[in-house]
Amino acid sequence: MVSIVETATEAVADTADAATVLVSGFGSAGQPVELIEALLDCGATDLTVVSNNAGNGDSGLAALIRQGRVRKMVCSFPRQSDSWHFDAKYRAGEIELELVPQGNLAERIRAAGAGIGAFFTPTGFGTPLADGKETREIDGVGYVLEYPIHGDVALVSAHRSDELGNLVYRKTARNFGPIMAAAATTTVVQVHEIVPVGSIDPEHVITPSLYVDRVVRIASDRVEAAS
Amino acid sequence: MTMAVGIDRNSLAAAVAADIPAGSFVNLGIGLPTKVSNYLAPGSGVTLHTENGMLGMGPEAHGDEVDPDLINAGKIPVTELPGASYFHHADSFAMMRGGHLDICVMGAYQVSVKGDLANWHTGRPDDIPAVGGAMDLAIGAKQTFVMMDLTSRDGTVKLVPECTYPLTGLACVSRVYTDLAVFLIEPDGVVVRDVFGVDFRQLTELVDVPLFDATTR
Repeated sequence: MVSIVETATEAVADTADAATVLVSGFGSAGQPVELIEALLDCGATDLTVVSNNAGNGDSGLAALIRQGRVRKMVCSFPRQSDSWHFDAKYRAGEIELELVPQGNLAERIRAAGAGIGAFFTPTGFGTPLADGKETREIDGVGYVLEYPIHGDVALVSAHRSDELGNLVYRKTARNFGPIMAAAATTTVVQVHEIVPVGSIDPEHVITPSLYVDRVVRIASDRVEAAS
Repeated sequence: MTMAVGIDRNSLAAAVAADIPAGSFVNLGIGLPTKVSNYLAPGSGVTLHTENGMLGMGPEAHGDEVDPDLINAGKIPVTELPGASYFHHADSFAMMRGGHLDICVMGAYQVSVKGDLANWHTGRPDDIPAVGGAMDLAIGAKQTFVMMDLTSRDGTVKLVPECTYPLTGLACVSRVYTDLAVFLIEPDGVVVRDVFGVDFRQLTELVDVPLFDATTR
Protein backbone atom coordinates (compact mmCIF):
# COMPACT_ATOMS: atom_id res chain seq x y z
CA MET A 1 0.00 0.00 0.00
CA VAL A 2 1.43 3.32 -1.03
CA SER A 3 2.01 6.23 1.36
CA ILE A 4 1.62 9.75 0.06
CA VAL A 5 4.16 11.70 2.08
CA GLU A 6 4.45 15.45 2.47
CA THR A 7 8.15 16.06 2.10
CA ALA A 8 11.13 14.52 0.36
CA THR A 9 12.93 14.39 3.71
CA GLU A 10 10.18 12.22 5.20
CA ALA A 11 10.23 10.01 2.10
CA VAL A 12 13.88 8.97 2.48
CA ALA A 13 14.41 9.45 6.24
CA ASP A 14 14.85 5.73 7.04
CA THR A 15 17.57 5.08 4.46
CA ALA A 16 20.28 3.12 6.27
CA ASP A 17 24.02 3.58 6.08
CA ALA A 18 25.65 1.20 3.58
CA ALA A 19 22.38 0.87 1.65
CA THR A 20 22.30 0.17 -2.09
CA VAL A 21 20.35 2.99 -3.68
CA LEU A 22 19.04 2.83 -7.26
CA VAL A 23 18.76 6.33 -8.72
CA SER A 24 16.77 6.90 -11.92
CA GLY A 25 17.78 9.32 -14.64
CA PHE A 26 19.91 9.68 -17.72
CA GLY A 27 22.02 12.75 -17.19
CA SER A 28 19.58 15.23 -15.65
CA ALA A 29 16.46 13.83 -17.38
CA GLY A 30 14.47 11.84 -14.86
CA GLN A 31 16.97 12.35 -12.04
CA PRO A 32 15.10 12.64 -8.71
CA VAL A 33 17.11 15.64 -7.57
CA GLU A 34 14.95 16.57 -4.56
CA LEU A 35 14.96 13.00 -3.19
CA ILE A 36 18.73 12.78 -3.53
CA GLU A 37 19.17 16.10 -1.75
CA ALA A 38 16.85 14.89 1.01
CA LEU A 39 19.06 11.82 1.30
CA LEU A 40 21.97 14.19 1.76
CA ASP A 41 20.13 15.91 4.62
CA CYS A 42 19.16 12.63 6.29
CA GLY A 43 22.82 11.75 6.73
CA ALA A 44 22.98 8.25 5.23
CA THR A 45 26.51 7.41 4.20
CA ASP A 46 28.74 4.62 2.87
CA LEU A 47 26.17 4.17 0.10
CA THR A 48 26.40 2.12 -3.07
CA VAL A 49 24.64 4.11 -5.77
CA VAL A 50 23.43 2.50 -8.99
CA SER A 51 22.71 5.06 -11.71
CA ASN A 52 23.58 5.49 -15.35
CA ASN A 53 25.83 8.49 -14.76
CA ALA A 54 27.85 9.73 -11.82
CA GLY A 55 26.30 13.12 -11.29
CA ASN A 56 25.94 16.30 -13.32
CA GLY A 57 27.00 19.74 -12.19
CA ASP A 58 26.72 20.45 -8.46
CA SER A 59 23.24 19.25 -7.50
CA GLY A 60 21.51 15.91 -6.94
CA LEU A 61 23.78 12.90 -7.25
CA ALA A 62 26.81 15.16 -7.79
CA ALA A 63 26.20 16.76 -4.37
CA LEU A 64 25.90 13.36 -2.69
CA ILE A 65 29.24 12.35 -4.21
CA ARG A 66 30.89 15.64 -3.29
CA GLN A 67 29.83 15.14 0.35
CA GLY A 68 31.59 11.77 0.44
CA ARG A 69 28.39 9.79 1.05
CA VAL A 70 28.95 7.39 -1.83
CA ARG A 71 31.39 4.53 -1.28
CA LYS A 72 30.76 2.92 -4.65
CA MET A 73 29.18 3.92 -7.97
CA VAL A 74 27.74 1.30 -10.29
CA CYS A 75 27.20 2.99 -13.64
CA SER A 76 27.82 2.88 -17.38
CA PHE A 77 29.00 6.40 -18.10
CA PRO A 78 30.59 8.26 -15.20
CA ARG A 79 32.74 10.63 -17.24
CA GLN A 80 30.88 13.61 -18.65
CA SER A 81 31.72 17.24 -19.24
CA ASP A 82 30.05 18.18 -15.92
CA SER A 83 30.95 15.17 -13.70
CA TRP A 84 33.74 17.06 -11.88
CA HIS A 85 32.78 15.91 -8.38
CA PHE A 86 32.93 12.24 -9.35
CA ASP A 87 36.13 12.80 -11.36
CA ALA A 88 37.86 14.37 -8.34
CA LYS A 89 36.79 11.60 -5.93
CA TYR A 90 37.79 8.90 -8.40
CA ARG A 91 41.23 10.38 -9.07
CA ALA A 92 41.74 10.73 -5.30
CA GLY A 93 40.89 7.05 -4.83
CA GLU A 94 37.93 7.98 -2.61
CA ILE A 95 35.19 6.27 -4.61
CA GLU A 96 34.96 2.79 -6.07
CA LEU A 97 33.65 2.35 -9.62
CA GLU A 98 31.95 -0.69 -11.11
CA LEU A 99 31.62 0.07 -14.79
CA VAL A 100 28.79 -1.83 -16.50
CA PRO A 101 27.75 -1.64 -20.15
CA GLN A 102 24.49 0.30 -20.22
CA GLY A 103 22.31 -2.52 -21.52
CA ASN A 104 23.74 -4.96 -18.99
CA LEU A 105 23.09 -2.40 -16.26
CA ALA A 106 19.46 -2.06 -17.35
CA GLU A 107 18.96 -5.81 -17.72
CA ARG A 108 20.57 -6.57 -14.35
CA ILE A 109 18.14 -4.14 -12.72
CA ARG A 110 15.22 -5.58 -14.71
CA ALA A 111 16.28 -9.12 -13.71
CA ALA A 112 16.22 -8.15 -10.03
CA GLY A 113 12.65 -6.92 -10.33
CA ALA A 114 11.61 -9.95 -12.37
CA GLY A 115 13.05 -12.62 -10.07
CA ILE A 116 15.71 -13.82 -12.53
CA GLY A 117 18.71 -15.45 -10.84
CA ALA A 118 21.24 -14.55 -13.54
CA PHE A 119 21.36 -14.33 -17.32
CA PHE A 120 23.75 -14.78 -20.23
CA THR A 121 24.26 -11.64 -22.35
CA PRO A 122 26.39 -11.22 -25.48
CA THR A 123 27.26 -7.64 -24.51
CA GLY A 124 30.84 -7.31 -23.29
CA PHE A 125 31.97 -10.78 -24.37
CA GLY A 126 35.67 -10.73 -25.21
CA THR A 127 36.19 -7.30 -23.65
CA PRO A 128 37.90 -6.20 -20.42
CA LEU A 129 34.48 -5.66 -18.79
CA ALA A 130 33.93 -9.44 -18.89
CA ASP A 131 37.25 -10.22 -17.19
CA GLY A 132 36.80 -12.80 -14.44
CA LYS A 133 33.18 -13.51 -15.37
CA GLU A 134 31.75 -16.86 -16.36
CA THR A 135 31.18 -17.20 -20.11
CA ARG A 136 29.42 -19.72 -22.30
CA GLU A 137 29.07 -20.38 -26.01
CA ILE A 138 25.44 -20.84 -27.06
CA ASP A 139 24.70 -21.63 -30.72
CA GLY A 140 28.11 -20.31 -31.71
CA VAL A 141 27.78 -16.98 -29.89
CA GLY A 142 29.80 -15.98 -26.82
CA TYR A 143 27.85 -14.86 -23.75
CA VAL A 144 28.75 -13.47 -20.31
CA LEU A 145 26.95 -14.44 -17.10
CA GLU A 146 25.56 -11.38 -15.32
CA TYR A 147 23.75 -11.19 -11.99
CA PRO A 148 20.81 -9.02 -10.90
CA ILE A 149 21.24 -5.71 -9.09
CA HIS A 150 18.79 -5.34 -6.19
CA GLY A 151 18.33 -2.07 -4.37
CA ASP A 152 17.46 -1.50 -0.75
CA VAL A 153 15.92 1.75 -1.92
CA ALA A 154 14.98 3.08 -5.37
CA LEU A 155 14.69 6.83 -5.86
CA VAL A 156 12.65 7.46 -8.98
CA SER A 157 11.38 10.57 -10.71
CA ALA A 158 8.07 10.21 -12.57
CA HIS A 159 5.73 12.78 -14.05
CA ARG A 160 2.40 11.93 -12.45
CA SER A 161 1.03 9.51 -9.86
CA ASP A 162 -2.50 8.74 -8.84
CA GLU A 163 -3.31 8.31 -5.13
CA LEU A 164 -2.57 4.58 -5.41
CA GLY A 165 0.91 5.09 -6.86
CA ASN A 166 0.22 4.25 -10.51
CA LEU A 167 2.85 6.17 -12.46
CA VAL A 168 3.25 7.83 -15.81
CA TYR A 169 6.47 9.36 -17.05
CA ARG A 170 7.30 12.02 -19.57
CA LYS A 171 9.34 11.52 -22.79
CA THR A 172 12.95 10.37 -22.32
CA ALA A 173 12.79 11.09 -18.58
CA ARG A 174 11.25 7.60 -18.26
CA ASN A 175 14.63 5.83 -18.84
CA PHE A 176 15.49 3.72 -15.75
CA GLY A 177 12.41 4.61 -13.67
CA PRO A 178 10.14 1.62 -14.40
CA ILE A 179 12.85 -1.04 -13.95
CA MET A 180 14.31 0.55 -10.81
CA ALA A 181 10.84 0.87 -9.25
CA ALA A 182 10.52 -2.91 -9.54
CA ALA A 183 14.01 -3.78 -8.29
CA ALA A 184 14.15 -2.30 -4.77
CA THR A 185 12.81 -3.27 -1.35
CA THR A 186 11.46 0.27 -0.90
CA THR A 187 10.56 2.41 -3.89
CA VAL A 188 10.27 6.15 -3.33
CA VAL A 189 8.93 8.28 -6.16
CA GLN A 190 8.87 12.03 -6.68
CA VAL A 191 6.27 13.36 -9.09
CA HIS A 192 5.13 16.72 -10.37
CA GLU A 193 1.49 16.01 -9.59
CA ILE A 194 -0.71 13.56 -7.72
CA VAL A 195 -4.15 12.98 -9.22
CA PRO A 196 -7.28 11.19 -7.93
CA VAL A 197 -7.72 7.47 -8.51
CA GLY A 198 -9.31 6.94 -11.90
CA SER A 199 -7.72 10.02 -13.48
CA ILE A 200 -5.08 7.99 -15.30
CA ASP A 201 -6.34 5.76 -18.09
CA PRO A 202 -5.35 2.22 -17.05
CA GLU A 203 -4.02 1.68 -20.58
CA HIS A 204 -1.52 4.48 -19.96
CA VAL A 205 -0.10 3.36 -16.63
CA ILE A 206 3.61 2.62 -17.09
CA THR A 207 4.52 1.57 -13.53
CA PRO A 208 1.64 -0.20 -11.76
CA SER A 209 1.11 0.80 -8.15
CA LEU A 210 2.28 -2.47 -6.59
CA TYR A 211 5.89 -1.46 -7.24
CA VAL A 212 5.55 1.85 -5.42
CA ASP A 213 5.86 2.41 -1.64
CA ARG A 214 6.01 6.18 -1.20
CA VAL A 215 5.11 9.14 -3.37
CA VAL A 216 5.96 12.76 -2.74
CA ARG A 217 4.87 15.68 -4.86
CA ILE A 218 7.60 18.13 -5.77
CA ALA A 219 6.30 21.27 -7.40
CA SER A 220 8.14 22.16 -10.57
CA ASP A 221 7.23 25.23 -12.58
CA ARG A 222 9.47 24.07 -15.36
CA VAL A 223 7.87 20.76 -16.15
CA GLU A 224 4.31 21.73 -15.29
CA ALA A 225 4.60 24.51 -17.81
CA ALA A 226 5.80 22.03 -20.41
CA SER A 227 3.16 19.37 -19.86
CA MET B 1 48.35 15.99 -38.97
CA THR B 2 45.32 15.75 -41.20
CA MET B 3 46.05 14.74 -44.73
CA ALA B 4 45.16 17.28 -47.36
CA VAL B 5 43.61 14.55 -49.50
CA GLY B 6 40.35 12.70 -48.95
CA ILE B 7 36.87 13.95 -48.13
CA ASP B 8 35.74 16.17 -45.28
CA ARG B 9 33.47 15.08 -42.45
CA ASN B 10 30.27 16.40 -43.98
CA SER B 11 30.95 14.53 -47.22
CA LEU B 12 31.71 11.43 -45.19
CA ALA B 13 28.41 11.78 -43.32
CA ALA B 14 26.64 12.13 -46.68
CA ALA B 15 28.37 8.96 -47.91
CA VAL B 16 27.12 7.00 -44.89
CA ALA B 17 23.61 8.43 -45.24
CA ALA B 18 23.50 7.39 -48.90
CA ASP B 19 24.09 3.76 -47.84
CA ILE B 20 21.23 3.63 -45.32
CA PRO B 21 18.25 1.95 -47.01
CA ALA B 22 14.83 3.58 -46.83
CA GLY B 23 12.77 2.33 -43.92
CA SER B 24 15.75 1.40 -41.72
CA PHE B 25 15.82 1.71 -37.93
CA VAL B 26 19.14 3.35 -37.11
CA ASN B 27 21.15 4.42 -34.07
CA LEU B 28 23.70 7.20 -34.61
CA GLY B 29 26.48 7.43 -32.03
CA ILE B 30 27.58 10.58 -30.24
CA GLY B 31 29.87 12.97 -32.14
CA LEU B 32 30.70 12.54 -35.82
CA PRO B 33 27.96 9.93 -36.53
CA THR B 34 25.31 12.45 -35.45
CA LYS B 35 26.09 14.40 -38.64
CA VAL B 36 24.66 11.55 -40.71
CA SER B 37 21.14 12.67 -39.79
CA ASN B 38 21.72 15.93 -41.68
CA TYR B 39 21.97 13.96 -44.92
CA LEU B 40 19.06 11.53 -44.56
CA ALA B 41 16.60 12.50 -47.26
CA PRO B 42 13.18 13.67 -46.04
CA GLY B 43 10.74 10.91 -46.85
CA SER B 44 13.44 8.22 -46.65
CA GLY B 45 11.46 6.64 -43.82
CA VAL B 46 14.61 6.16 -41.73
CA THR B 47 13.66 6.05 -38.03
CA LEU B 48 16.28 7.13 -35.50
CA HIS B 49 16.64 5.28 -32.19
CA THR B 50 18.21 6.87 -29.15
CA GLU B 51 19.45 4.56 -26.39
CA ASN B 52 17.75 6.59 -23.66
CA GLY B 53 14.37 5.32 -24.75
CA MET B 54 12.97 6.75 -27.98
CA LEU B 55 12.25 5.86 -31.57
CA GLY B 56 11.39 8.64 -34.00
CA MET B 57 13.89 11.17 -32.71
CA GLY B 58 13.83 14.47 -34.57
CA PRO B 59 16.49 17.18 -35.03
CA GLU B 60 18.17 19.07 -32.20
CA ALA B 61 15.78 21.37 -30.32
CA HIS B 62 16.30 25.15 -30.29
CA GLY B 63 14.69 28.00 -28.36
CA ASP B 64 11.16 27.23 -27.19
CA GLU B 65 11.44 23.63 -28.39
CA VAL B 66 13.97 22.78 -25.67
CA ASP B 67 12.46 20.38 -23.12
CA PRO B 68 14.71 18.98 -20.38
CA ASP B 69 12.73 15.71 -20.47
CA LEU B 70 13.54 15.16 -24.16
CA ILE B 71 17.23 14.58 -24.84
CA ASN B 72 19.40 12.28 -26.94
CA ALA B 73 22.21 9.92 -25.91
CA GLY B 74 24.63 12.85 -25.90
CA LYS B 75 22.21 14.64 -23.49
CA ILE B 76 21.47 17.28 -26.12
CA PRO B 77 17.83 18.50 -26.27
CA VAL B 78 16.08 17.04 -29.30
CA THR B 79 12.59 16.98 -30.82
CA GLU B 80 10.10 14.21 -31.48
CA LEU B 81 8.71 13.36 -34.91
CA PRO B 82 5.14 12.21 -35.62
CA GLY B 83 5.01 8.48 -34.95
CA ALA B 84 7.63 8.61 -32.20
CA SER B 85 7.50 6.25 -29.20
CA TYR B 86 9.07 6.15 -25.75
CA PHE B 87 10.16 3.11 -23.71
CA HIS B 88 12.29 2.28 -20.69
CA HIS B 89 15.97 1.41 -20.74
CA ALA B 90 15.64 -2.37 -20.58
CA ASP B 91 13.39 -2.28 -23.65
CA SER B 92 15.70 0.15 -25.42
CA PHE B 93 18.66 -2.20 -25.02
CA ALA B 94 16.59 -5.31 -25.76
CA MET B 95 15.96 -3.66 -29.15
CA MET B 96 19.71 -3.60 -29.70
CA ARG B 97 20.67 -7.04 -28.40
CA GLY B 98 17.59 -8.61 -29.94
CA GLY B 99 18.77 -7.58 -33.42
CA HIS B 100 15.90 -5.22 -34.12
CA LEU B 101 18.02 -2.23 -35.17
CA ASP B 102 19.19 -2.37 -38.77
CA ILE B 103 22.27 -0.18 -38.51
CA CYS B 104 24.31 1.60 -35.88
CA VAL B 105 27.00 4.12 -36.74
CA MET B 106 29.84 4.72 -34.27
CA GLY B 107 33.23 6.34 -34.03
CA ALA B 108 36.35 4.29 -33.27
CA TYR B 109 39.91 4.37 -31.99
CA GLN B 110 40.70 1.20 -33.93
CA VAL B 111 39.03 -1.44 -36.11
CA SER B 112 40.76 -4.75 -36.83
CA VAL B 113 40.84 -6.80 -40.01
CA LYS B 114 38.35 -9.17 -38.36
CA GLY B 115 35.94 -6.35 -37.50
CA ASP B 116 36.90 -6.13 -33.83
CA LEU B 117 36.06 -2.66 -32.50
CA ALA B 118 37.85 -0.50 -29.91
CA ASN B 119 36.08 2.77 -29.16
CA TRP B 120 35.34 3.14 -25.43
CA HIS B 121 38.60 3.52 -23.54
CA THR B 122 42.11 4.61 -24.34
CA GLY B 123 43.42 2.31 -21.62
CA ARG B 124 45.55 5.13 -20.16
CA PRO B 125 45.65 4.78 -16.39
CA ASP B 126 44.66 8.43 -15.78
CA ASP B 127 41.58 8.18 -18.01
CA ILE B 128 38.25 7.56 -16.30
CA PRO B 129 36.65 4.76 -18.30
CA ALA B 130 33.08 5.20 -19.57
CA VAL B 131 31.37 2.70 -21.85
CA GLY B 132 27.71 3.79 -22.04
CA GLY B 133 25.82 1.84 -24.67
CA ALA B 134 28.77 1.22 -27.02
CA MET B 135 29.20 -2.50 -26.26
CA ASP B 136 25.48 -3.24 -26.58
CA LEU B 137 25.17 -1.35 -29.86
CA ALA B 138 28.31 -2.80 -31.41
CA ILE B 139 27.20 -6.41 -31.06
CA GLY B 140 23.46 -5.85 -31.22
CA ALA B 141 22.67 -3.98 -34.43
CA LYS B 142 22.37 -6.06 -37.60
CA GLN B 143 25.14 -3.95 -39.13
CA THR B 144 27.71 -1.80 -37.34
CA PHE B 145 29.24 0.98 -39.41
CA VAL B 146 32.28 2.89 -38.18
CA MET B 147 33.06 6.48 -39.20
CA MET B 148 36.58 7.68 -38.50
CA ASP B 149 39.66 9.31 -39.97
CA LEU B 150 41.86 6.55 -41.33
CA THR B 151 44.83 7.93 -39.41
CA SER B 152 45.01 9.50 -35.98
CA ARG B 153 46.52 12.96 -35.44
CA ASP B 154 49.99 11.46 -35.04
CA GLY B 155 49.66 9.58 -38.33
CA THR B 156 48.95 6.13 -36.86
CA VAL B 157 46.61 4.08 -39.05
CA LYS B 158 43.44 3.02 -37.21
CA LEU B 159 42.55 0.03 -39.42
CA VAL B 160 44.85 -2.57 -37.87
CA PRO B 161 45.73 -6.31 -37.88
CA GLU B 162 44.82 -6.54 -34.14
CA CYS B 163 43.38 -3.85 -31.86
CA THR B 164 45.74 -2.68 -29.13
CA TYR B 165 43.14 -0.52 -27.37
CA PRO B 166 40.62 -2.20 -25.01
CA LEU B 167 37.94 -3.94 -27.08
CA THR B 168 34.30 -2.90 -27.36
CA GLY B 169 33.17 -5.99 -29.26
CA LEU B 170 34.50 -8.89 -31.32
CA ALA B 171 33.94 -9.23 -35.08
CA CYS B 172 31.09 -6.74 -35.05
CA VAL B 173 32.05 -4.06 -37.60
CA SER B 174 30.81 -4.57 -41.15
CA ARG B 175 31.94 -1.32 -42.80
CA VAL B 176 34.45 1.41 -42.09
CA TYR B 177 33.88 4.85 -43.61
CA THR B 178 37.02 6.99 -43.58
CA ASP B 179 38.26 10.20 -45.13
CA LEU B 180 40.33 8.20 -47.62
CA ALA B 181 38.28 5.09 -48.39
CA VAL B 182 35.25 2.94 -47.58
CA PHE B 183 36.25 -0.53 -46.36
CA LEU B 184 33.97 -3.58 -46.22
CA ILE B 185 34.96 -6.08 -43.51
CA GLU B 186 34.20 -9.46 -45.05
CA PRO B 187 34.96 -13.04 -43.94
CA ASP B 188 37.76 -13.37 -46.50
CA GLY B 189 39.35 -9.99 -45.76
CA VAL B 190 39.01 -6.25 -46.11
CA VAL B 191 37.56 -4.99 -49.38
CA VAL B 192 38.10 -1.41 -50.55
CA ARG B 193 34.84 -0.24 -52.11
CA ASP B 194 35.55 3.48 -52.62
CA VAL B 195 38.63 5.66 -52.52
CA PHE B 196 38.71 9.41 -51.96
CA GLY B 197 41.69 11.29 -53.36
CA VAL B 198 44.03 8.30 -53.22
CA ASP B 199 44.35 5.20 -55.37
CA PHE B 200 44.21 1.58 -54.25
CA ARG B 201 47.98 1.11 -54.42
CA GLN B 202 48.59 4.10 -52.14
CA LEU B 203 46.13 2.64 -49.63
CA THR B 204 47.93 -0.70 -49.59
CA GLU B 205 51.15 1.14 -48.76
CA LEU B 206 49.48 3.01 -45.91
CA VAL B 207 47.43 0.24 -44.30
CA ASP B 208 49.08 -2.78 -42.67
CA VAL B 209 46.33 -5.27 -43.50
CA PRO B 210 45.72 -7.16 -46.77
CA LEU B 211 43.25 -5.29 -48.95
CA PHE B 212 41.14 -6.42 -51.90
CA ASP B 213 40.33 -3.93 -54.65
CA ALA B 214 36.66 -3.52 -55.49
CA THR B 215 36.84 0.12 -56.50
CA THR B 216 34.89 0.96 -59.57
CA ARG B 217 36.74 4.08 -60.57
